[in-house]
Formats: sequence, structure tokens, C-alpha cells
Amino acid sequence: MFRWLIGTIALSMMASGALAADPVEIHIGYLGHAGVKSTLSLVQQPADNDGIAGARLAIEDNNTTGKFLNQRFTLDEVKVKDSDDVAKIATDLAAHNDYIITDLPADALLKVADALRDRGTVLLNAGAIDDRLREQDCRGNVIHVAPTRSMLADALGQYLVWKQWKRWLLVSGSHDQDKLYADALRRAATRFGAKIVQERTFEDTGGARRTDSGVTLIQRQMPVFTQQAPAYDVLVAADESEVFANYLPYRTWDPRPVAGSAGLVPTSWDAAHDQWGAVQIQNRFVKLNMRRMTALDMQAWTAARMIGEATSRTNSGDPKKVIAFLKSPDFSIAAFKGTRLTLRDWNLQLRQPILLADGRMVVSVSPQEGFLHQVSELDTLGVDRPETKCKLQ
Amino acid sequence: MWRRCLLTGMLVWLAATPASAFVAYVSNEKGNTVTVIDTNSWTVTKTIKVGQRPRGIEFSRDGKFVMVAVGDDDTIQVIDTKTQEIVDTLPSGPDPELFTQDAAGKTMYVANENDNTVTVIDLEKRARIGDIQVGVEPEGMTISPDGKILINTSETTNMAHFIDTTTRQIVANVLVDSRPRFAQFKHDGSELWVSSEIGGTVSIIDPVKHVVTGKVTFEIPGLRNEAIQPVGIGMTKDDKIAFVALGPANRVAVVDATTHKVLKYLLVGQRVWHMDFTPDEKYLMVTNGVSNDVSVIDIASQKVIKTIQVGELPWGITIAQP
Repeated sequence: MFRWLIGTIALSMMASGALAADPVEIHIGYLGHAGVKSTLSLVQQPADNDGIAGARLAIEDNNTTGKFLNQRFTLDEVKVKDSDDVAKIATDLAAHNDYIITDLPADALLKVADALRDRGTVLLNAGAIDDRLREQDCRGNVIHVAPTRSMLADALGQYLVWKQWKRWLLVSGSHDQDKLYADALRRAATRFGAKIVQERTFEDTGGARRTDSGVTLIQRQMPVFTQQAPAYDVLVAADESEVFANYLPYRTWDPRPVAGSAGLVPTSWDAAHDQWGAVQIQNRFVKLNMRRMTALDMQAWTAARMIGEATSRTNSGDPKKVIAFLKSPDFSIAAFKGTRLTLRDWNLQLRQPILLADGRMVVSVSPQEGFLHQVSELDTLGVDRPETKCKLQ
Repeated sequence: MWRRCLLTGMLVWLAATPASAFVAYVSNEKGNTVTVIDTNSWTVTKTIKVGQRPRGIEFSRDGKFVMVAVGDDDTIQVIDTKTQEIVDTLPSGPDPELFTQDAAGKTMYVANENDNTVTVIDLEKRARIGDIQVGVEPEGMTISPDGKILINTSETTNMAHFIDTTTRQIVANVLVDSRPRFAQFKHDGSELWVSSEIGGTVSIIDPVKHVVTGKVTFEIPGLRNEAIQPVGIGMTKDDKIAFVALGPANRVAVVDATTHKVLKYLLVGQRVWHMDFTPDEKYLMVTNGVSNDVSVIDIASQKVIKTIQVGELPWGITIAQP
């Protein structure tokens, strides 16, 4: 009986082999965090599938290519809550998936990276922008697709300096990530020759982001908060927590532009970006997801496309070969940014141009003209090789 | 005296220029216009208003019409070369960019960037007669000299698809470097050249074995690698010399088509896109997207001899008898 069964299997394998070999299956996991952050602007409120929607589009794109190479890509999506044991969930996900795209806070990502270290599963960080993940806390099994805070701050800093807006009034929020962003902006000012004329902190005293009589009060608060500042060209706001920055444009005491967390914002993607063939992916994305594409969507798309690209280049379903190719100098990916994106070999951070968008239009793309580098102009953004604290292992 | 001398000089120069007056049509992607240039005087003779985002542009085989893909209007417009006015449109499918025709001028194949298809159009009936599913973001289109194989390149799939023109089935897929944009056969059919904009190379493909046999690589001192983005390709009829437009490198590479080595780089305008030869092959005209002009290259001396201002963001170009 048992032998008969084996015989049948062998026969069916031969039969299918005669028709067409079964496609090579490439399984990609997506590990995101549950719940979306609350934003000041209703139109910027992320969708439930923020990020995942981008990965889904990349899986479609990979499969269109895959049908010519007999490769098939799947996406296995899991969301974790703060109370969940993220390491255990990731280990379960890694049992069926060779690669995991993550959208997790820094500490959770490190837990997952360490839990999966011995399995050889590679993580593609699409969500966390913390520099420490690429510096003192870097890991050999984490590829960073999201830009860092310092890359974002440098992209903005280069433009403001190019524009000759060199006197900055820096206003930062009172939460930890606001302070980290303010650090990155200070660093950018020093690197590119801008001057922070004064710093102010906007304390988060709690309170709802949406109120029926909100505007009247804000209109009185913001001018008062920004008055009596020394002469400055631009107000730079560090407010990742979405507490105040979007209240600033048009409400500053002095008539000055706002940049950073509101006004002119550095970002990896914007729904208005249409250069370098980008309109094609924007159209594909809207068709598939019935909404516009965000930066997180693009970061997840790029992560899943990187796996697709390396799989088609190596023509292999063997993760070891694919990962070796991803980390090799031959790897590059096209992502509608006008140049090929490559990995920094010292910390596995994806080099990428950064868009500067105002919510309606893409105003500019950094690196700016004239910011030169001996290896790649993209390395004028963020922490460069000589300064790195990363020792990959 | 000086003026007379100059005048005489000009007359001599004019007399020396052979009566090879051709007409070049340039599509201006942002201007929504087509610029008409007389190649005898190198002057703009007319600017034709067309649909939105004109890019791919080509003469019909009989020379009576110029067809221009206006991507944002989802159609191809037909310009009568006698009146230089739009007389018709073709059912191209969504977002047409580049297209090619068979030798008889009866069938047209259009790359539709938005829905991963190549649309087949009967030019006599002006009707859409079929679709072929290809990779993500189809772009470059060409047909083999014997008319049997249609080539389409797909920008995100990174392949050259070989399509049998009789069965309209894909017979082979060849992986090339990132973002393949343009495909060009040698006139003897021995090689297919495919430019990869982001990869920064031109792949040489054996059209029989369907394998990449070599690559043209580019290196320009003082210019960072990422700025070298090959797009348009032009091949002389004797298959000896190829010209490759290098996008934001602002140069056209002159390539020995036998050894696949770059012979020299010609500085042209900013962000050079596409090109076409005058039918006598004395000149090559290239479009410069960012500087809004067209550079004229003298083939014999391999020098840029002229720059002509055109419309906003010139993209494609086609040249033929008036």
C-alpha cells in the first residue's frame, strides 16, 4: 500500500514534469505592528494596510516577471500587538518564509533579529528609521530599506542650504523620537553649514488631535509660541509624534516657511511623485489598492522587489544564493528615483534619493547638486562609512 | 567688405551643402507639441500642437504620415506630412509610449506601460486586432529585419521578450540589466542591442540562441557612474558604428559595433533621450530633454555641429524625406 502510494507520487511528479516543471516558490513574510498612529491631518491618517499594500503590489510585479522564469512569490502577512511575544510570532513566520519584511519599532525589530539569527532568515526593515539600528545596534541579518532619520534630515538640510535659508529656528517635540529627529537636524545643520539660531520645545500636554472648536484656539496659540524669535529664515520642526508641527504653517509669528515634520517634508515617497516613470507604479498601486501610495508602501514595495530582483538575477529559489547576491556589489534595484539603489556594505542600508514634498507636490529631490562624494553622491545623505559605529556580525 | 566676405562665404557653404533636405519631427513631452525641423537650413519650420505627453514618434513606412504616441490621452495621433496637421488617431490602448511597424507598414505594435501589454494595430483598418501579455512596464519595441520576431523590453521585469509575429506568442525571454528602455537590431539581424537605463549598460543579445553574449559598458572620467543612463540607440546601415544616448551624462557614446568598445563620447545637451539618422546617414539628430534642444552630429567627423532649440522637454525624433 505504502509502496503503491510512493509509486503514484513518482508517477504524478513525472507527469507534471512532462507538462511544465512546478514553479519555484519564494515565500515572503510581512511582520507589521497592529494599530495606526493618529495624525493631526485627517488626510494623512494611514490606512490599515499601510505598507502591506506596497508589498502586495511588489508580489504582483514579481509574479509577472516570475511567470517567465517559472518562479512564484507568496506573501504571508502577520500583525503584532504591543503585548504579543514578537520573537515567537516571528519564529513561527520564519518556519514558512525565507525572508521577512518588517514594519516594527526598533526594539521589537532587534528582538526578532536576534531570535532568527541562527535560522539564517533575512529581515528587510521597511518601517524603522532609527539610526542606531544601522550603527551601534546593527545586525548582519537585517537589510534596511527605510531611510534613516539622518538621511531624511540631511536631504532637507542640503535643500535649505542650497536655497540659502541657512538660519533655522528649531522646534522639537517632547517625545523621544522627536528628540532623535531634532538630533539628526542639528547634525545636518552642522554638516552643511546652516545655523540653528534658537531652539524651542513644544511640550505635549496631552489632549485630542481632533476637536470641534480646535482651529480658533490653534490660531491663537501658534503665533504666540513662535514670537520673539531671533531673525531666522525657516522654522524646522521635529515632531514625529504628530503633536504640533502641522499646526505651524501659515500661523508663525513671523512670515516664514516651515520644514521638517510639516511644510516641506523629507520622505522616501510621495503620492505626487511622477518623475522617472513613477507615474506607472502610482497608477498600478491605485488600481490595486483604491488609495494613494505612501512612503511606507513604497518601502515595503522596494523590499519585496529586492527579493524578486535577486531571485530573478540568480535564477534560484535558494535563499542562501539570493541573500549572497543581495549583499554583493553586483546588486542594485530600480525604484523610480532616477538612479539605481544599492546597499551600503558596512551596515546594509539601502542608498536612496530622498524626496522633499509639501503634501501636494514634490518640490525637490536630494542629494542636491553640488554635494559631492568620492563614492556615491547618495552617501552625502546619512551616516557615512568613516563615521559608522556598525560592526556587522 | 567684411560683410560681403561673410556673405560669399555663406553662399559657398550653402552651395557646398548637398540638396538633402529632410524633415525631422521632434516630440516635446512637456510642451504637448511636435517641432518640425528642416535639415537643410537646420531651422524650425513649424510647431504642431498635439495631445498630452507626446513621446514615441515615427514616420509611416510610406512616408505620408507621422505617428506620435500621446500617452496621457491614451492614443496615437496621426500627422499628415503634407499639411503637417493631425488627421487621425489610432486605438493604441492605455498610455502608449514606444511603438514599431512591420516592414510593409500594415501592422503596428505598441507598448502600453500601464497594463503590461503590447497592443497590435491594423494600420489600414486603424483597428486594434490583438494584445500580447508581457512583463511589467513594457517600453522598448523593435522588429527583426526579417519581420519574424517582435522585441519588447519591460522596465521593471528587466527582460527583452521575443515574440513570434505570426503566432503572437512569446518564444523567449532574456534577462538584461535594470530598466531596459530601447531595443535595436543590427541591420543584418546578427545582434540585438538593448539599453538598460538604471543598469548603465547595453546588452548584446544573440537573437537565435536568446542569450546575452556581451555588454557595452561606459566610463566617463569625472562623472559618477549613476549618471550614465543609456537610452536611445542608433546603428549605421553598415552595422559598423552605433550611437548610444547616455541620458543625464549629457553625452552620446560612439561605439564600434563589431568590438562593442566605446570609441569616443560626444558632449550634447542635457539629458539626451532618443535619436534618428538623416536618410543619407550624413547626420544624426539627438533630443536633449532638459536643455530643450536637439543636437546635430556630423557622422563623418563624429562632431556635434549644431544645436537647435525646440519645445519643452523634447523626447522622440523621426526623420524622413519631405
